[in-house]
Parts: sequence; structure tokens; C-alpha cells
Amino acid sequence: MSDEEIRAGDRPLRQINREIREAVGAGRYVRVTEPLSRHNLGVALPPGGSVTFDGSVGYYCGGLNNGAEITVTRNAGWGLGEAMASGRITVDGNAAMSVGASLRGGTIHVRGNAGPRCGVAMKGGMIVVEGSVGHACGFMAHAGRVICLGDTETAAGDSLWEGEIWVAGTIRELGVDARVEEPPAEDIAEVQELLASLGIDDCGVAWKRIVSGQALWHFKSRDAQQWLMI
Amino acid sequence: MADDLNAVNGDGTGAAAGGDPAAFSDGADPARPAGIPRSYAQGGSTRWTPGTIADIQAKAQLGRYQIRGFSTFQRQLPTFDDLVFQPATMTRLPLEGYRESCDTKTVFGEGLGLVEEPIELDIPIYIASMSFGALSASAKAALGRGASRAGSMTCTGEGGMLEDERAESKTLIYQMTPSRYMLDLDHLRRADGIEVVVGQGAKPGTGGLLLGMKVSERVARMRSLPVGVDQRATVRHPDFLGADDLQIKIEEIREATDYRVPIFIKLGATRPYFDVAVAAKTGADVIVLDGMEGSTGASPELLLDHTGVPLISAIPAARRALEDSGMADKVKLVASGGIRSGVDVAKALALGADCTMIATSALIGLGCNSPRYLDDYAALGTEPGACHHCHTGRCPVGITTQDPELETRMDVEAGAERILRLLTAMTMEATLLAKACGKSSVHNLEPEDLRALTLEASAFTGVSLAGIDRPFEF
Repeated sequence: MSDEEIRAGDRPLRQINREIREAVGAGRYVRVTEPLSRHNLGVALPPGGSVTFDGSVGYYCGGLNNGAEITVTRNAGWGLGEAMASGRITVDGNAAMSVGASLRGGTIHVRGNAGPRCGVAMKGGMIVVEGSVGHACGFMAHAGRVICLGDTETAAGDSLWEGEIWVAGTIRELGVDARVEEPPAEDIAEVQELLASLGIDDCGVAWKRIVSGQALWHFKSRDAQQWLMI
Repeated sequence: MADDLNAVNGDGTGAAAGGDPAAFSDGADPARPAGIPRSYAQGGSTRWTPGTIADIQAKAQLGRYQIRGFSTFQRQLPTFDDLVFQPATMTRLPLEGYRESCDTKTVFGEGLGLVEEPIELDIPIYIASMSFGALSASAKAALGRGASRAGSMTCTGEGGMLEDERAESKTLIYQMTPSRYMLDLDHLRRADGIEVVVGQGAKPGTGGLLLGMKVSERVARMRSLPVGVDQRATVRHPDFLGADDLQIKIEEIREATDYRVPIFIKLGATRPYFDVAVAAKTGADVIVLDGMEGSTGASPELLLDHTGVPLISAIPAARRALEDSGMADKVKLVASGGIRSGVDVAKALALGADCTMIATSALIGLGCNSPRYLDDYAALGTEPGACHHCHTGRCPVGITTQDPELETRMDVEAGAERILRLLTAMTMEATLLAKACGKSSVHNLEPEDLRALTLEASAFTGVSLAGIDRPFEF
């Protein structure tokens, strides 16, 4: 049961977010009714409490999250949990483009499908998608992990740095400089444990892991001297 | 040469006496027929210049384009020098240049009525965004300290916020680039303004570039990157695509910073009229327009010389866009890219900018290209006055380097003092011109205070052509 209820509706965004921020900062559990797919709900929340959006949210829900636990009972718009440093976001439905864009830490858990560019430029943390992910999943991910229990679309793992994408289903097409490998048993065990903590059983599926091929030329130009020629 | 011709015309057809087709009996030199200039024999094509030849041969060897720092080299761009001020004479009254005051205060964030803490600068010049990574930590600290003393501000650039820089800077803009390195909520909230980068003048349409030798352990940690590997940043933002989304993004930043600070959008000047008209509607407080003369720490050379439009042409177009979209009083315009002096500042303001931003000038003020450590310039194959080796991280004066030893050559206090004096001098130059034009504030400078000396400058800017006192029209 929630400690308190905040109605979003058509009230001013600043006021709604201020009330959520205060309650979460004080360690309470709030329930937000009538989110009406509004943008920027629950942005920049502090650690301490948790918030449930009772419905769908628009763009950048949970953006810049700094430790709060956020639940969305239906669908989420673009940039869910973008640049989150820590905390947890759970979406019971689907999430649109750029889930966890430039994520730095924490966990995003999407029970449905995620749109294109899921985990784009992420720098840490974990994104778990129980359904499938769209085009260019993990594009230029620096670090961190995307775990997809469904299929990936085209350009999966395009231009990865050191991030990795775990796929249980079909990889439709790899992106530039991406390579698929069979993960070692200890890594699989670690992922299974992470999934179990979210209440997910992978049923012993054969995991595929997409990592960087490190064949793009910026990986090869470690010799500084060659630039001095110019 | 003559022997070769003989070989071709071996049958002697048409040849003069002696069998040499080019020889005449008057004793003219057969090797140099009259009428052919010396350059014909010596080469020296205007198309295949020694520079062009060297460029092609370098590419044939390297198999890639060339990368370097600094700014446009190859061409003579139209500059502010093609515009001149017309001080007050019979029809206008000048102010006493050495006695009367001229207001230079510049405010950001008032127009829309959304910002609780607008930024107030004492002067219409601030230090542009240059990242820690491109610049050494000591150079960043010197810029922050110097700008603060001058009542101005500086900007973090894309490498995240340095504690040193924050501590030294009274007013500090925090930059949000497409790569979002170290985008931290705490840093956002400690900034005095947020700049969303859509592009930069030196290389619009491409992301940041930091070569491996500058990706030190500290830089790599701040950017979540592997050490020593070239950093090629994204150019598209990860979570918005167009202006409609950017509008929502700006609302998110306002929520995160509690509507306290102004929001800037930085654009490389490419289609300034259209880009500024769109950007003005996204809800930002300030538009920063960076001309093609803008420098960078590292870029493919072709982008520096062949992309964007000169600042002189971008400012009037941007001002027109703000006026046409009804945002002229609400959104401020900052001009940057190759501003060299207070004269350039005054001309930029007269053309329609509200403020200017300097970067290369500031680095040169700090000591870039100064004649010290000559051996280190020589090791880079260059000399003071011609160095553009920011990309190598071997900056002889410790400004654009991450080398712990070179970095110590940048003395923070001395650098800060130089920045203060440079900003003071540039402001004096701008106010001297403004007062001569009879303006009690630099912000009152207007296009009518200028005349264009060339057709091009007049056509680009809409400023009246000298002599005919009306803009050149096609």
C-alpha cells in the first residue's frame, strides 16, 4: 500500500514533480494517479522512497534518476530513465525509443518490448527487456549490459565500446563492428542471478552475447606517434 | 628539352637549319621559347600547389583523411575586417571615449520569465566551452579564475565538470553534448546554466573527437571510455531527434534544475536563419551560434575548411530569424567562432548578437603559440606562431595536453591574470568603438553603425555598402 497518493491529471508539471520529489526524498512510497502519458514525470528523483505511476507515462520518465524506485504500470515514452545514476525503474508494459539512454547505473526492467536505440550510449547499469528490442540496440554503449529475453532488430550492438548485449531470442542483424560470442558459464550464472533478483527465470536458454569487434579504426590507432606525422 | 623535341620530330619536318625545330638563326635560346613565362619551366601551378601535392601524397601514404586541431587554414574567409564603423559626426553625437561610461552588462535568462536566477555578466564576452580532455586541468582552472575576475563566465565542455573548474568559476555553464559523458545530476544542479549542444562551428554534423594520446586515465574515467583509445563521440543525441523532442528535453532539464538556471542551445552555423528560427521555439533562453571559423581540439581537416558559413554572415540571418519568429525579446543570441579582438566583438554586437564567446583567443591569451619551449615546438615540426598541434596532446605550453609534465607549464595564476587582462582589453576596445558611435551601451550598437567595404560583405550581412549607403542587392 502506498503512503500517499498524488494526482497528476492536468496539474502543473513542476508542482507534481515537486510533490513526488519531496515524498520520495523523505523515504515514502507514493502512488501517482492519472499520469495521462505526460512527459517528464518523476525526473531527477533522489534516493529514499519509491513511486508508482498508475498508467502510462510520456518522455523521459525517471530521467536523471538518482536512486529512487520507479514503477510504471502501463507503457513509457521515449528516454525512459535516461542518464540514471542509480535506482530502479520497472515498466509493466512497453517502453518506446532510447530506453536508458546514456544510463550510468541502476536497473531498468521492461516487462514488454522496448523500442529502437535501447541502451544507446549507456555507460553502466543494466537494462532488462523481457520482450524484444528495436533497431540499434546498445548503439555506442560504453559499458553496462542490455539483457533481452526476446529478439533484437537490425543493427544490434552497432559501434559498441565495452558494453554488452545479451540475447535469448533471434538476432535479426548485427550492427557495424558487432560480434556474437558464446558467454562463459560464470557470466551466464551471474546474469541468471541478476534475472532471478527481478523474478525472471531464463529456463536455461542458450544465451548469445553481442560485444564489440574492436575492428573500427579508433581501436587500432593506439600508436600516438602516427598522428604526429601531420 | 630541345633534344627531346628532336627525338619526337626525328624526321626533321619543318625544322630550321641544323635540324632543331625550335632553333632560329637569330640566336634565341631554343630551350626557352620567347613568350613562355618562367613559371612554365619551373612549375608552380595555382591548382596543384605544393600544399595540395603534399596533401595528396600524405593521403596516399596514410589511407585516411588528416586530423588536426585549430581552425580554418586553407582559405581566406570574409571577415569582420570587411566591415568598418561609422562613428558619430554631424547626424549623431559621440560619447567621450576616455571619460563617459558605456554599459557592458549582459544578462541571460530574463526573456521568457522562466528562470529564477538569470546570469549577469559584467562584459559581453565569455569563455567558450572547451572540454577537460581537450584542455589540461590547469588550463581549465586558469580560464575559470580569469573569467571570474573579469566578471564573466566559462563553460565545462563535454568532458564533465571538474571540481577545480567549479571552484574557480563564479559562473559556470555545464554542457550537455550528444555523448553525455559524466552527465551527473549533482553537476547539473551545481551549474549556473546548461548548454545543450546540437553542433559546433568547427565541425557541424559530426561529434567530438579526442585522440587516444589525450585519453588519459582521468579523462577516460570521467567519460567511461577505455584509456588511450580515440574517442569519437556521437553526433545525434541519444534521446531526442528533432525540435519537438528537444522542447520536451529542455523541460526535463528545467525540472532537474528546478527552473533555476538559463538553458543555452549551441548550433554550428550552417543554415542560421532556419536553424535559429526552430531553436528559438524550443523554449531555450539563449542560442549560441558558432561560425565556421570556430576552432577545435581535433577534427578531420576537411571539416574545418569546408563546412558551415562564416560568422559574419550567420549573425544577421540569426537576428532576422529571431525577429521573424517573434522571439527577439525573449531569446538571447551569442556569437562565436574566430572572434579575435574587441573590434570583432563590437562588430558582432552591431550585427545583432547579444554577447560573444571566445575560445582560441583565450587560449592564445593563456600562452598558446608563445615563444617558449622552442625545442618542443621543433619536435612537433612547427614553431611558435604556426602551431596547430592541439590534437597530438603535445602542447608545448601545457594548454591542450593531458601529459602530467607538460601540464605543469600552465601556471594557473599567471594564466588567470592574462585572461583577466585580455577580457579587460577586449572590452575596452568594444566600448571605445561604441562610444565613438554615440552608444551608452554596447548593446545599442546596430547595423547602421557599420559600412561594408566589399560587395561580398554587404551581400552577406545586409550592411550598407560604403559610398552608396545602402545594402548591395542582387
